[in-house]
Amino acid sequence: MRRWLFALLVASGPAWALSDPAEQLPDPAQEQRARALGRELRCLVCQNQSIEDSDAELARDLRRIVREQVAAGRSDGQVMAFLHDRYGDFVLLRPPVNAGTALLWATPVLALGAGALLVLGLRRRRAAPAPAALTPAEQARLAELDRMP
Amino acid sequence: MIPELGHFALGLALALSLAMAGFGLVGAHRAEARLMGLAPPLAMGALLAVGMAFLCLVASFMVNDTTVSAVVANSHSLKPMLYKISGTWGNHEGSMLLWVLILALCAGAVAGFGRNLPSALQSRVLAVLGLIAAGFLAFILGTSDPFGRVWPPPMDGNGLNPILQDPGLAFHPPLLYLGYVGFAVTFAFAVAALIEGRVDAAWGRWVRPWALAAWSFLTLGIALGSWWAYYELGWGGYWFWDPVENASLLPWLAGCALLHSAIVVEKREALKTWTVFLALLAFALSLLGTFLVRSGVLNSVHAFASDPSRGVFILALLMLYVGGGFALFAWRAQAMAPTGVFAPVSREGALVLNNLLLCSVAAVVLVGTLYPMFADLVLGQKISVGPPFFNTATLPLAVPLVGAMAVGPFMPWKRARLWPALQKLWWVALMALAAALLCLALEGVRVGPALGFFAAAWLIFGAAADVAQRVGLFARPKAALGRALALPRAAWGGALAHGGLGVTILGLAGMGLAVDRLALLKPGESVELAGYEYRLEGVADAAGSNFAARRATVRVTRQGREVVTLHPEKRSFPLARMTTSEAAIHTTWLEDLYVVLGEEREGGVVLRIHDNPLAPWIWLGAGIMALGGGLSLSDRRTRVAAPAAKAAAKAAGTVRA
Amino acid sequence: MSEATPNPWRRRALLGLPLLAAGGAGLGFWAMLRGLGTGSYDPHGVPSALLGKAPPDFTLPPLAGSDLPTLAAADLRGALARPVLVNFFASWCVPCVIEHPQLMALKRQGVPVFGIAYKDKAADALGFLARRGNPYTRLAADEPGRVAIDWGVYGVPESYLIDRQGIIRWRWAGPITEDTVAADLGPLLRRYSA
Repeated sequence: MRRWLFALLVASGPAWALSDPAEQLPDPAQEQRARALGRELRCLVCQNQSIEDSDAELARDLRRIVREQVAAGRSDGQVMAFLHDRYGDFVLLRPPVNAGTALLWATPVLALGAGALLVLGLRRRRAAPAPAALTPAEQARLAELDRMP
Repeated sequence: MIPELGHFALGLALALSLAMAGFGLVGAHRAEARLMGLAPPLAMGALLAVGMAFLCLVASFMVNDTTVSAVVANSHSLKPMLYKISGTWGNHEGSMLLWVLILALCAGAVAGFGRNLPSALQSRVLAVLGLIAAGFLAFILGTSDPFGRVWPPPMDGNGLNPILQDPGLAFHPPLLYLGYVGFAVTFAFAVAALIEGRVDAAWGRWVRPWALAAWSFLTLGIALGSWWAYYELGWGGYWFWDPVENASLLPWLAGCALLHSAIVVEKREALKTWTVFLALLAFALSLLGTFLVRSGVLNSVHAFASDPSRGVFILALLMLYVGGGFALFAWRAQAMAPTGVFAPVSREGALVLNNLLLCSVAAVVLVGTLYPMFADLVLGQKISVGPPFFNTATLPLAVPLVGAMAVGPFMPWKRARLWPALQKLWWVALMALAAALLCLALEGVRVGPALGFFAAAWLIFGAAADVAQRVGLFARPKAALGRALALPRAAWGGALAHGGLGVTILGLAGMGLAVDRLALLKPGESVELAGYEYRLEGVADAAGSNFAARRATVRVTRQGREVVTLHPEKRSFPLARMTTSEAAIHTTWLEDLYVVLGEEREGGVVLRIHDNPLAPWIWLGAGIMALGGGLSLSDRRTRVAAPAAKAAAKAAGTVRA
Repeated sequence: MSEATPNPWRRRALLGLPLLAAGGAGLGFWAMLRGLGTGSYDPHGVPSALLGKAPPDFTLPPLAGSDLPTLAAADLRGALARPVLVNFFASWCVPCVIEHPQLMALKRQGVPVFGIAYKDKAADALGFLARRGNPYTRLAADEPGRVAIDWGVYGVPESYLIDRQGIIRWRWAGPITEDTVAADLGPLLRRYSA
């Protein structure tokens, strides 16, 4: 089903035309940091890409801002805060932890916990009734089962 | 005339499907053999009718009949024939028809191969499939008629999107649908079991091949889509955690859990309620994906026109089938009391752990996919849930899952001890550690890739150790070959699938070490990346069948030795008014050299060069997984077998135990 | 198959959970589909992070060749005589043509509309206004598009309503249509004029 996804994506401009080599920071460590930051930021125009992956005009501008700030010695937190102040939670591909997203971030723990409880409940339930003597019907059924591989 | 014939065939198929549903359910309820006997021929009839409708649509696309609206919107006379044909299912209407065709095929298979099923079970399964087919046929006829006419006909169609003219993409949807729809059969089996109030080992054995087939096709479909994105989108990305991708991953995860828990039902008659639930869930998630993609509620860039009436119709179908299935579950599952008792440390215990972790991953993906929509609806908050979230939240679940995957097959049924199983794996752990250390030594402190290589080696060698133990390679090496040949195919299949995931993880870990470089080069200039020298020889015009291209010649050398000459292209399609970038990829199997051509300026061109270590193994691993599924499927024990075969299977089973 | 379950009701509730979840999700999806129809649910809209705040600090050059005064943050500090509309536009933007008549109508009603030409050449922007009429009383040029990012703009046209105290009260991404004026902008202008 991805074909339709990319159909529009491409129709609305090249999905990833090449950006300008001059955009890159001369210091590889800084460039690495800028990329890592860029991958956490959503391109607002193309909706489902990070600004590193998009060649939309706005994504280019945001990439440039990230690099300028990294080059100016701002911390990761400061760069993210700069964009968060302007575009809100929507720009963050890693949603911030707050009351509204607590449930989202708790999902792995909740899912595991609920599953573990289910398994434990299952075992307790099994352990509880002492195995009573089988009724004749059950014995017949058991014999039938045994015949099957 | 042909479109009308197709339209008529759709109507006929709807009537036949409804009849199949009615006769099947009533016949099974009253235990009337004559009524039940009607269901299989009706399934065959419906298959013929849907097949006829589908062929009519294909014919309309092949002759480029511009009086048919679907053709006008999605095809063009200048398209190569292959893409005219694949264009049949490259749009909403045609893809729905393909969906129903595959469903009819599945029902036909149940009717044809299911002669050994108890007739009441077969009738009920067919009836449920008939109900599903009827719903979607009504959807097609009501809101998405592929045979709608346009008058006066335009000169030609509008569908020339060059990016869709790709062989990988031509087969991506059919494979995905084979997966989605395959889970309709396990769903039908689950519903039939709930109606009967009985789930036993035999049921587990009947359900498992369908789950296996669906899962294998889905594996291939997802891999093909991912591979296409990798080579076509031109920046080496292969998985984006896009909602539409997640929609295909969810049934895969649920199906994976299902085919493992079905083993427990088959062997130990335990986990029955849970397995029925998973069978319902896998199809529910398949339908959810269909709804999300086609209704417009998603914030995804996919381009199905969001037609509210379609969305409401699919939602109604979704609620009917999923709601109906779960309502039946709530009402009837009580009757299916568990009979098996099992210890936590045992094969079945390991399979429970597998299910727990797989389902937790599925929960994370499901919640992550739906959360932005519900946060918007309920809290009025606009948030994004992107790759950083999914990577962070699934990793802690994936690590124990992979860890247990290699140990599980060493656990005997009923009661096992962990220590002996682990003792058999000491050399596997050593190899995995060596792989991780090798990565650290060569690439520096990179935690992610090192962990990836550890996991890959753990799974691949773990699978090898599994086979080695079964054939007694270390205990009685001389007899090993004979035992290997006698080993049931399901055992080979399981090991292959587990090893296949290891291979995929190997590719993922390699991609974690990928590097790239962006450079503005004039002819004669070169850049170096990962030990390779890329020299731009020149850029020239080139012409294709329906496009004009700029084609660069890039010579790649390594320490002065010629490696390959690559030709990345930028194509412009005048009729479609689009340009695409064709990456040039050379694979050494150890790495992909991947060059993309950018814009030309200042007498030079921008080249983006990627060095992607082990990239092809991501999709080859998926292929191996699907092969493992297929091998298990071909095992005579998985096939619904005649009594003679059952006896043979029993013998094989005792060998294994 | 007799099984003594300690608490059959708990098991029953557990078995009902999937149905409950599916029902809840179905209800939610239905609400979304309805919202899509009425416009109350829009998966593509991005809310402004600046609502309820003062506009960012900025200065911009005037649009070269225009005799209108330029726009800076100081011009948007309260207390203003009337609420103002700040409109980002460009001559290359197609939806800007759609919203243009509404801006002209606002001007006729005496609403101050301040324009910022986004990533546009001065000559092109001037030509656009000469051909279609000029709704703006202040006109600034943001050719690099940096001030727009400070405002949280992600496309043109985009409009911000600033109340008399100099607080951003409303942001509209996309063309202002007659419906937008009737349903949103008009009532807000009346409310914040007081």
